[in-house]
Amino acid sequence: MGIRLSQIAKTYGRPGTPRALEPIDLEIASGELVGLLGPSGSGKTTLLRIIAGLEQPDRAPAGTLHFGSRDVTEVHVRDRRIGFVFQHYALFKHMTVFDNVAFGLTVQPRSQRPSSGEIRARVHQLLEMVQLERFAKRYPAELSGGQQQRVSLARALALRPEVLLLDEPFGALDAKVRQDLRRWLRHLHDELNFTSVFVTHDQEEALELSDRVVVMSNGRIEQIDAPARLYRAPANRFVFEFLGDVNRLEGEVRDGVLTCGEARLAVELPEGPQELLLRPHELSLDAAPGAAAHLPMTVTAVVPVGAEVRLELAADWLAEPWLATIGHGDFERLDVKRGQRLYALPQRWHRFGAEGQPAAKPSLA
Amino acid sequence: MQRIGDAPAVRRGLIGAALVLSALFLLLPLVAIFAQAFAQGVGIFWSNVSDHYTLAAIGLTLVITVLTIPVCLGFGVALAWLVTRFSFPGRRLLQTLIDIPFAVSPVVAGLIYLLLYGRNGWIGGWLDAHDIQLMFAWPGILMVTIFVTCPFVARELIPLMQAQGSREEEAAVTLGASGATIFRRVTLPNIRWALLYGVILTNARAVGEFGAVSVVSGAIRGQTNTLPLHLEQLYQDYNTVGAFASAALLALIALFTLAAKAGLEWRAARREA
Repeated sequence: MGIRLSQIAKTYGRPGTPRALEPIDLEIASGELVGLLGPSGSGKTTLLRIIAGLEQPDRAPAGTLHFGSRDVTEVHVRDRRIGFVFQHYALFKHMTVFDNVAFGLTVQPRSQRPSSGEIRARVHQLLEMVQLERFAKRYPAELSGGQQQRVSLARALALRPEVLLLDEPFGALDAKVRQDLRRWLRHLHDELNFTSVFVTHDQEEALELSDRVVVMSNGRIEQIDAPARLYRAPANRFVFEFLGDVNRLEGEVRDGVLTCGEARLAVELPEGPQELLLRPHELSLDAAPGAAAHLPMTVTAVVPVGAEVRLELAADWLAEPWLATIGHGDFERLDVKRGQRLYALPQRWHRFGAEGQPAAKPSLA
Repeated sequence: MQRIGDAPAVRRGLIGAALVLSALFLLLPLVAIFAQAFAQGVGIFWSNVSDHYTLAAIGLTLVITVLTIPVCLGFGVALAWLVTRFSFPGRRLLQTLIDIPFAVSPVVAGLIYLLLYGRNGWIGGWLDAHDIQLMFAWPGILMVTIFVTCPFVARELIPLMQAQGSREEEAAVTLGASGATIFRRVTLPNIRWALLYGVILTNARAVGEFGAVSVVSGAIRGQTNTLPLHLEQLYQDYNTVGAFASAALLALIALFTLAAKAGLEWRAARREA
């Protein structure tokens, strides 16, 4: 079942105060897995809760919310038939795992309620799916965080919802468990084919898990795109900066050369002050300057992080230090040490106009 | 190694002072009550307790308490729910207003009720015209008792419900549960110990309330005398054994209440462990 939002806005408190959510239009296709990504306060959780029906959108402008062809704008949460997974699981503390998962089935009106035998069979099937059958008689407090979140997923799926909404589902878990659960959720999504929307502030999680990512800031949608396109073709400066580390280079362009102190970089740009942005992995380092780039810097920190080495680089012509990530091959060839002088060779740079819109960004030879 | 402030002399001094003060101010009066009550033997004690007026006072006190508790329970739960689950203008003010019965002297509370509902009061005049008597009768006693005890349940529930937040209720509603089902199956189990604790405190206060009740009751022996009022009358009549027999009954109720409270706390601690 697809989800369609049209002119949905939200103001907390009195009318006239700044909106938590500017009027938003968004279409999510049936069976899609969409991530809402943004810093805290960007309105992503508000948007998710409005889709769930846990928050009411503003009356003016009168927005609408459709699940498939069904208008659910005025439908109570209880009757929207969605599955909702909370950040801190929100399991019923005083009920066993079994009773938690069975809750949605047991509170149905008597006419629609399955028999207790059917409920038992369904709950055991769900617990098997989340690999927690052995824990049916335990209480939530006796489970680990990852196990609790799996119970919460099983509980949300008990009523076979066609829309599954997840609010920072893995935010409170440690890195390894988070990885496993992500993969497992992706698998579950592909298998059961519901429409999922999840909220996260973790770029990596959004890019890894989603079919499409909705990047939000200040109650606005900045960009909606597939993860690969989002990273390669950011719609504006905010998206570019939010999706990864950024190095800044400011200088004056004259005769096709950007100058900043002793640094020089050949660029095809109009004359005048310019600001270029570079990704740490789009830099290589060498012992000598290149033909097009003379960017001398001093290594101030060397941090080996797994498959790559992260270097912090400073120079007196730079306001803030740069970051560079290089492979272990380059690291050993250059024999990088703290205090060493190296030259940065950018492979690619990005530029955004005054409005934050992307400007031409040619690759360098 | 020794922690700061943990020198043997300091420790012995503090523990000793605490024990001596507790014995002087808490334990000794309690012992004195029972000693006085039984000073002339069990027989005299028993004849005082089974005295017609004493029995009437015990009966009235119990009736008032039994009527007060459900009212305070309903009021407390509704108020705590309102204050912790909804956001509306005046929410903070309401939270402060809950404390008025604690802040106001009970005697003042009784006087206010007398001024409002007494024969010459604002509402009392109308009531009198319709032949309804609230003051100097049991309904008045019930009204002031409710006034004095109504914050207990709410005060117990509000911090707890604030700390728990409404996530479990939200989870329940997304699973299709109705409001009544959510209250019965999710909210109530989460607050039941605090609720019971609130009831115990309400009960203790309702049984022992003196100031407010003494203003509105009229203290008619056998009719509008509660146990604390009866006690005072006996004492004024120089019936020391009778007064202390009633006091012993009140003390027993208090001890029973304390035991129940300790039991609840012990259970709660065990559940958390």
